[in-house]
Amino acid sequence: MLMLDVRLVQGAFILNVETGIDARAVALVGPSGAGKTTLLEAIAGLRRPQRGTIAVGDHVLFSSARGVDLAPYLRRVGYVPQDVALFPHMKVRANLLYGAARNRDGRGSGAKRPGLDRILAMLEIESLIERGVTDLSGGERQRVALARALLSAPDLLLLDEPLAAVDVPLRRRIIPYLRRVRDELGVPLVHVSHDLAEVEMLADWVVELDGGRVVRSEKRERPLPSY
Amino acid sequence: MTPELLQVAAFTVATALAATALAVPPAIAIAWVLARGRFPGRALLETVVSLPLVVPPVATGLLLLYVFGRRGPLGASLASAGLDVVFTWRGVVLAMAVMGLPLVVRTARTAFEQVDARYEQVAATLGARPLRVFFSISLPLAARGVVAGAVLGFARALGEFGATIMIAGNIPGRTRTLATAIYSYTETGRDSQAAAVAAVSIGLAFAAVAISNRLAGAAR
Repeated sequence: MLMLDVRLVQGAFILNVETGIDARAVALVGPSGAGKTTLLEAIAGLRRPQRGTIAVGDHVLFSSARGVDLAPYLRRVGYVPQDVALFPHMKVRANLLYGAARNRDGRGSGAKRPGLDRILAMLEIESLIERGVTDLSGGERQRVALARALLSAPDLLLLDEPLAAVDVPLRRRIIPYLRRVRDELGVPLVHVSHDLAEVEMLADWVVELDGGRVVRSEKRERPLPSY
Repeated sequence: MTPELLQVAAFTVATALAATALAVPPAIAIAWVLARGRFPGRALLETVVSLPLVVPPVATGLLLLYVFGRRGPLGASLASAGLDVVFTWRGVVLAMAVMGLPLVVRTARTAFEQVDARYEQVAATLGARPLRVFFSISLPLAARGVVAGAVLGFARALGEFGATIMIAGNIPGRTRTLATAIYSYTETGRDSQAAAVAAVSIGLAFAAVAISNRLAGAAR
């Protein structure tokens, strides 16, 4: 259960989101400038709302009323930005293991602690592990970034347009990996998407933003608008 | 090269290396804070750090003399611990470090600013605390610029004169550096020796700046 009550003013833009979500995979949709990335960054702790509450289950990440504002490193929220941000000075292995210390020391929640081998096999990236990150293709980078986030044992995974940088045939190949993350690991995910097919294949809940406000937040049943 | 010139050159290189080692850690910290921090007093810090670049070095030396003299606020406690600064090699190192610091800060700050903050943010979401983010992400990604700054600071230290002569004097065999040696030789009419020392200084500075430029170029 993801509880979002966020008011965040950024220049002339006001993000004002209030919704509760009970789903395994949430698609965050809406036109450019609707506040999708800003909302993800607020959940990850990279932007501070002026007021509100952000909670994953009973884990309160932010609450202006209670004076809670957990630092990003304490939130257990995995975040894969649009440009994936693999660390360029490290090989794939070092990238993958970067967040695994948290996994090992048991601060991650118990049930969601998949090991390196399982993640590598699930995302089919075993052969990439000794490579430099600059040698990877777009799809490989996406999968390595996804694996890196998963290895930090997150309670929630945020994906900002995970498939925007890859072409359509590759998208169709990566979506099954995201479904496996959702179904086999049971890590809830929130993904920003512009691709209706992707939303239909992955999401069981849709949050639609426009101009910083929620215009719908519900189980995915009604047809989706196109952007 | 005469034994005297060799001694002065070796002393200068050794003290400049020590000064660089002394200046680099605080310079890195200041550079990072200026590149990433948003806090009251940031503009003041920026100005204070840059002062040695624009204030006459002799004035900086005079200030150091007040602070680190045997009755100065820091000098008194150092002296009671048996660490005299004024008219010792420590004074040379201190003067060189203070004068080189702004150059290290400026170069390192640019290098930190060029590191995409996204990497630092993602590292934090992966559970890394700020200190780990700094040492595993920010510093390695800015490393070439930081090293280029250190080399530039070293080059500046090699040529330091005004602050050095104020706090450490120009004692042959004890605090005399290449720069103060040139001054002494010229003042006493030993022009050929002054020219030889100047040639060594130019050679060392040339090498240091070339290395710095090369590193900074590779970092871009």
